[in-house]
Amino acid sequence: MENLLSRYRNVSVLVAVLFAQVLALGVQVKRSGENRSTRLIRVWSVSAITPLEKVIVRTQSGTSNLWHEYFYLRGVRQENRELKQQIERMQLEQVRLTDDAEQSRRLQALMGFKEQFISQTVAAQVIGSSGSEHSRVIYIDKNANDGIQRDMPVITADGVVGKVLQVFRSSSEVLLIDDQTSGVGTILEQSRLQGVLKGTPGGETILDKIMNDEQVQPGERVLTSGGDEIFPKGLLVGTVAKAVRGPDSFLSIKVKPAADLSRLEEVLVITGKEERQPQVAGAVPRAVDILAERLPSVPDKPATGEHTAGDVAPDTLTTVNKPAGVDPGSTVPQASGQPSPGVKSAAKPAITPVKNAPASVTPSATPVRPESAPADQPQ
Amino acid sequence: MPITYTSQEQIEVYRFSLPVTIIVPLVAIFLQAFIPLRFPFFGIFDLPLLVVIFFAVARRSPIAGLITGGLIGIVQDSLTHQPIGLFGIAKCVVGYGASSLGVKLDVENAGARFLVTMFFYVVHEFVYFMVARGLVGLSLQWSWPHELRSAIANALLAVALFALLDRFKQRT
Repeated sequence: MENLLSRYRNVSVLVAVLFAQVLALGVQVKRSGENRSTRLIRVWSVSAITPLEKVIVRTQSGTSNLWHEYFYLRGVRQENRELKQQIERMQLEQVRLTDDAEQSRRLQALMGFKEQFISQTVAAQVIGSSGSEHSRVIYIDKNANDGIQRDMPVITADGVVGKVLQVFRSSSEVLLIDDQTSGVGTILEQSRLQGVLKGTPGGETILDKIMNDEQVQPGERVLTSGGDEIFPKGLLVGTVAKAVRGPDSFLSIKVKPAADLSRLEEVLVITGKEERQPQVAGAVPRAVDILAERLPSVPDKPATGEHTAGDVAPDTLTTVNKPAGVDPGSTVPQASGQPSPGVKSAAKPAITPVKNAPASVTPSATPVRPESAPADQPQ
Repeated sequence: MPITYTSQEQIEVYRFSLPVTIIVPLVAIFLQAFIPLRFPFFGIFDLPLLVVIFFAVARRSPIAGLITGGLIGIVQDSLTHQPIGLFGIAKCVVGYGASSLGVKLDVENAGARFLVTMFFYVVHEFVYFMVARGLVGLSLQWSWPHELRSAIANALLAVALFALLDRFKQRT
């Protein structure tokens, strides 16, 4: 036996080493989900590799900043002019969007919706990768001391990147959305179909679990659905690149990620989310307030002293005659739902009591102005 | 004829200093993890594998080859989120095979290095594929065109890299 072993010493060692590794692999696979058994090896390796990566990335970005911010300023004047024009355009756009958002929040508040707000983020630099095509993970330079924890979402300004997989002493490991073991709960923006975004072994991203009989158009945006309880709802994930019938009962949908996952330099880790009902600036409006904004009204009549709010029959309070040529659901231009802050009665501006509104009222008639016409004031 | 058959007496066995033995694999692993961030096409290369082949062929000791391969593979595994052992097993086999081949053949010239690297790249990918599918249950796809392209790219890089690493060789 001894002779046999010494004769085949090399092969014996090979078999022994392979057996040990296969055994260890089997143990890890059985305890899938836990990385405790190999945690020490991973910590040592990451601690040996990532500090050097950190130094190089920081030196590189420092040099790059120095060059771009102090030396290479060609075309900055022109760029500055263009950016100022862009800001002006965006300010106009912002006014419109703010109005829309405010209206949306009010409606959500009425319906009892709870929203997830991103309350805190940490900016991190990407310092390394796994170096393997089969494992799509990156390393960032932030760790537990910066508030990073397992399963926190990672995004860029363009879209979703992935989630934190492990936190080490000097860095954190992030699983990208194009890895085959990842999964993101998503929803299609137009069709509102929900599916799971996964990576393929080839590095593509596909949308799974959407039935073959559904219609999905290329170019449609894919957003997070919030169903995975990791990513907040509504973050952009990517756009549908191709949708064809799959071999099973699900569509085969290829998605182009919004974030360029192969060229990541800086990312944001969402470290704080809070779930709350959307709050509207000022007092909380009621359903009637919203209706008041949407429905047309009549011009204010001069106060005669004959009618007070208390005199008006309850059924007439909510009765507004439909003016000619106005759709019931149309929004009256310039209608403002913002009650005056500090005015208690303005919290219930409701609808201006109207009796027998004339049929000649047009959409351009004076909109309801709750701040100037509280319900308990005579009209 | 790039690969020549040599007798045991003709074979030169090299050794490496301890710093080189430790630093070269670590630098290879570091570069493998770092460069693809800036140049994504670099992901096609496997620098740690090339280092394993180089050390194995130069030392011409199967046991040293398999241990070097195993250790480098395990460190490479620990940077991924997969179970540790996938690269470990594949590089162990390559280290053993390359050093066994080095005992029998003279693989000092560029042509021989190109062919040996190509061959062991495919062996490495095949072992990885089998273990990943059979033991871990990963759904990998085998694509001959991709593997051959990668093998050629790695073999070309190996010729240049081995010439550089030859400077660290010490005669026994």
